[in-house]
Amino acid sequence: MRYLRRKVLLFIATLWAALTLNFALPRLMPGSPVDAALAKLASAGVPVTNAERHAIEIQLGSPHGSVFTQYWDYLTNLLHFNFGTSYSFPTETVAQTIGKALPWTLVLVGSTTIFAFIIGTLLGVYAGWRRGTVADSSITVGATFLAAFPPFWLGLLAIYWLSFTLGWFPLKGGYSAGVTPNLSLSFLGDAFTHSVLPALALAITSLSGWVFGMRNNMINTLGEDYVTFAEANGLRTRTVALLYAARNALLPNVTAFGLSLGAIVGGSVLVEGVFSYPGLGNLLYIAVSNHDFPLMQALFLVITLSMLLAIFVVDLLYVRLDPRVRQ
Amino acid sequence: MTIVTTAPPPAAPGAGAEVPFGPSSDAIPGPLRFVARALRTLWSNRKARVGLVIIGVDILIAVFAPLIAPHSPTATTFTPYRGPSAANWFGTTGNGQDVFSQMIYGSRVSLLVGLGAGALATLVAVSIGLVAGYRPGPIDEGLSFITNLALVIPGLPLMIILAAYLQGRSVFTILLVVAFTSWATGARVIRSQASTLRNRDFVTLAVFSGERLFRIVFREILPNMTSLVTASFFGAATAAIMAEASLEFLGLGNPSTVSWGTILYYAQQQNALLTGQWVLVFAPGLAIALLAVSFTLVNFGVDALSNPRLREK
Repeated sequence: MRYLRRKVLLFIATLWAALTLNFALPRLMPGSPVDAALAKLASAGVPVTNAERHAIEIQLGSPHGSVFTQYWDYLTNLLHFNFGTSYSFPTETVAQTIGKALPWTLVLVGSTTIFAFIIGTLLGVYAGWRRGTVADSSITVGATFLAAFPPFWLGLLAIYWLSFTLGWFPLKGGYSAGVTPNLSLSFLGDAFTHSVLPALALAITSLSGWVFGMRNNMINTLGEDYVTFAEANGLRTRTVALLYAARNALLPNVTAFGLSLGAIVGGSVLVEGVFSYPGLGNLLYIAVSNHDFPLMQALFLVITLSMLLAIFVVDLLYVRLDPRVRQ
Repeated sequence: MTIVTTAPPPAAPGAGAEVPFGPSSDAIPGPLRFVARALRTLWSNRKARVGLVIIGVDILIAVFAPLIAPHSPTATTFTPYRGPSAANWFGTTGNGQDVFSQMIYGSRVSLLVGLGAGALATLVAVSIGLVAGYRPGPIDEGLSFITNLALVIPGLPLMIILAAYLQGRSVFTILLVVAFTSWATGARVIRSQASTLRNRDFVTLAVFSGERLFRIVFREILPNMTSLVTASFFGAATAAIMAEASLEFLGLGNPSTVSWGTILYYAQQQNALLTGQWVLVFAPGLAIALLAVSFTLVNFGVDALSNPRLREK
């Protein structure tokens, strides 16, 4: 279980480094993010209690206390989800704002990733197997072009043509205005129609990574002796392609899963912003437009931690997939 | 018919190490010769050739923008919110600027950030990757940890908050932010290649002949990784173009520069889509995509040339 121990240690070290980076960033930046945040709150007429002021100072850089006491306070505040008050949503704590948005992004990004992984990998298997044919070139050229489109731009065009002109999909939001989120069937259906376009914009642009990864792995695997041997044995083409080549070519693609998640999470910031989708990305969009540093910093932390966790889970799954690391 | 029996004249000092390339190769400094050689190899691949042509055309447009653009990109002399017409091919912005001229001038920023950030990120990737790959032990562990950290921290959110704090707002701020966040992929690939090259005979020979670390790493190991370095450059450049457009679309760039990203930003601010001015959104996105495609095509060429199994017949 050396592999597992190493992965757990790496996860803890990365977690610590990410927390520390989040602590250091606002303190290293020119100007005073704390003063900017407090001035912003004051100009909006939001009353700031001493406790909230303290929470913001701990997060963005406090004028008093040594770096070490600040760091300690910062970690304690994290454990209590105490991120202070934001200018954009003054009536609730930052933790509440983020808590409401998190499920939306998890569902949108999660289902998009799985969808893109399955479709992209299948296309890659096919292109690799039929290497050099018209089908191969059309898949690779098509995927190249799709990957080059900025996801938010695809979203804008989809809003214009599919929602605004044709009226097939809602213009924006995660659910119809005036409805309170609940788990009834009609609400879920409503939420689904609202998520189709943002999910498509993200999935289409992230498809290509899987296609190329899988195609190249396939071509490398097809050069292996056991594939030639299987073909020489007269096994059916489908069996050789899927069970011999694709199965082994899949492993490196699973390792890439975590990293590609980063691209989708990044893309979702702007896509959610364009669609006013009620997730973390849209919050970050709002926070940045408002120069709302407490909210922005907390969002960065939550997004980073979710990524780390997802990558860690994929690493654990890898133990199930690859018997070689189990020794 | 004379038979040459005398030995050829001794080569100029320092020139013996490399194979001379081209008739005037001695006159060109080393890095440029490296680029020229890489370009010549790439040109032989069909996909890469298409990519290089698109990049070349983009560079020409950027350099000769004042000659090509029919109007000034910033002059607010036209009727605002106009659709495409003979005078304004792509219509006008809400401030009465000519969008076509803005598109021409906008290529400058995308190219500058794409190539600049790509080069800077590659420089970091090569330095960190080579040293980590060549020096096993604590140095490698430390550098690899930093690389892995940079890989798993989501790039665009990090760029967004960096750009939000740094109020400098010049194109160079964006360039630095993008370069700072997109070197890790290249560093990881270069590290693993360097660590396999470390134990080759020619490196051992260089070590035994007493060459310094700097020379071994950059003169012995690096030339064997041309394809990886080129690939990491174009990969970083693609990411940089996308990132720059995204940051400017969010309003985190300098709103007074004319670039494809800021055209999109103003189009969104002025609700161009809802007033039916889809060209204002369509054109800059397509230009960004075309440049990104050309970089990816060049990368395919690099892949195909360096991996014989991927080579087209």
